Amino acid sequence: MKSRILPVLLLAAALASAQPQDSEVHVWPVQGNIYMIVGAGGNITVQTGKDGVLVVDTGLAPMADKVLAAIKTLSNGPIRYIINTHYHADHTGGNEKIRLAGSTIVGANVTGDIKDAGVGAAILAHNNVMNRMSAPTGQQAPSPDGGWPTSTFLSDQKKLYFNGEGVDILHQPAAHTDGDSIVFFRRSDVISTGDIFTTTNYPIIDLAAGGSIEGTIAALQKIVDMIIPVYGQEGGTMVIPGHGRLCDFGDVLNFREMTIIIRDRVQDMIKKGMTLEQVKAARPTQDYDPLYGSTTGFWTTDKFVEAVYKSLKGEK
Amino acid sequence: MERMLRMASRVWLFPVLLALGHVPAWGQVNLAGVWNNLQILHEDEPERLPGPELGDYLGVPINAAARFRADAWDASLITLPEYQCRVHPSDYSPSFASIRMWDEYDHDTQQLIAIHIHHFAWNTERTIWMDGRPHPPEYALHTSMGFSTGKWEGDVLSVYTTHLKEGWIRRNGLPRSDRATFTEHFIRHGDNLTLMTVIRDPAYLTEPMIRTRDYVYEIGGQIAPYPCESVEEVIRPKGKIPHHLPGTNKFLGEFPAAHGIPPEAARGGAETLYPEYQDKIRGAAPAAKADAK
Repeated sequence: MKSRILPVLLLAAALASAQPQDSEVHVWPVQGNIYMIVGAGGNITVQTGKDGVLVVDTGLAPMADKVLAAIKTLSNGPIRYIINTHYHADHTGGNEKIRLAGSTIVGANVTGDIKDAGVGAAILAHNNVMNRMSAPTGQQAPSPDGGWPTSTFLSDQKKLYFNGEGVDILHQPAAHTDGDSIVFFRRSDVISTGDIFTTTNYPIIDLAAGGSIEGTIAALQKIVDMIIPVYGQEGGTMVIPGHGRLCDFGDVLNFREMTIIIRDRVQDMIKKGMTLEQVKAARPTQDYDPLYGSTTGFWTTDKFVEAVYKSLKGEK
Repeated sequence: MERMLRMASRVWLFPVLLALGHVPAWGQVNLAGVWNNLQILHEDEPERLPGPELGDYLGVPINAAARFRADAWDASLITLPEYQCRVHPSDYSPSFASIRMWDEYDHDTQQLIAIHIHHFAWNTERTIWMDGRPHPPEYALHTSMGFSTGKWEGDVLSVYTTHLKEGWIRRNGLPRSDRATFTEHFIRHGDNLTLMTVIRDPAYLTEPMIRTRDYVYEIGGQIAPYPCESVEEVIRPKGKIPHHLPGTNKFLGEFPAAHGIPPEAARGGAETLYPEYQDKIRGAAPAAKADAK
């Protein structure tokens, strides 16, 4: 079980370094009912309104108090829903504390103590998130059970209507992991992408958790298809990445373009019979390294190239 | 009486002194109006009309990553519907055609709040904030126009711009990253305007890239609309991005061959900016016509 926990913690620590370095969380208005909280690990999306508060992802566990304080500056309403875009600890670490700060409206067909059933906000995620955070009975789970999803879905979509707008939770299979969801706030016109899209690093393809390069490209294409810009490549639908700054259409196009071009280069090298070491030596990412590359930390350029290579060859 | 006059003169002086204290927020020179570059299209003409030739990086202080990326660039990229209406970024738009500038004043205080610029190219508009507001945090949205603040330095309007979307140094694939910032100086000489732009890009430039553009004031000038609607020019599978794989771009040799210059000079870099470079390449063999194939 250690082998499942360690990479998640390392990943969380590495990506946390891409956030503002003042150890504080920052709130930034996006549009409509939507705000972005940065500095807590992965970016957090907050939707507020008459029904209460919905958050997408919860950041690192040690930042949960600061995240709650930031949410309080936006709304005094109850936290009703947490949606997890995937299972990594920099996006789910605050689940337990933030869930317990909220509550669920219950009634009707509840078995047991109806009061207990209302404790805590609901945590929604694809079922593969639950699989990655939990463990079979008798084994140590990678994540504390208080932060596990309370409601999961197995299909490609889950729909909510909250604070006067439709909220579309769309599963993207085999992208960053096997449990990724993108969350689309239909009236506010904002997409929260999780780590399928970031501005701070090359796509993180967690092969061990079911991620793949082709799934990442398909998910990026899905985001591109959902966005309607005002003009050219700008405005209209706003995009909150898993890490990094607020974005719109042009930013997602640039990231998709880079990912596809590097996939094509590595694919061509594989066709020529090049080994992984030869591919790395050829530096297929060299033109994008000033933007996304790293020689230190968890997700180095070499790790990315290796993940693309192995993914294209069907290796883990 | 004499004392009263002295006091009255002081009272009169007070609002004047108060106003003078705000002078830095007022425009020193009026830049409002349409500035036409149609009479000066010979100035960097390829940049203003057809676009530069493929593989022409001469005189641009690019690094190796920028060169590699430009070599991979395929002009077919802009046939993709989602790229057809992509606007010129604010550090490039003024290159393309005429601009209109106008001031925005606070009604009550008559303090200059902002100077606006409309570009003919893609109908883009930008705001140069003159009211001393700070730039947003890094995690705010980046745009093609960026976030600009300005100040008067004598009769020169100097502008600093951050929060740019990724753009281009030249329209032949030479990239300019979203980490770049630029400084501009708007210098009016009668009915002529010179715009000097200094681009700093830690990702793709090894030195600041300096560009100047000139305009002529046009009384009664108008700027036409610039609508853009994308169409399917080429039927492609979804997610197909045109690009050249490394080492396969057969067009790169055309520029040095057509102009009879050594191929290495066309590759650009800071060295090619300076006159001394002419001495270095003197005697080097120009590209053969065969290099274009």
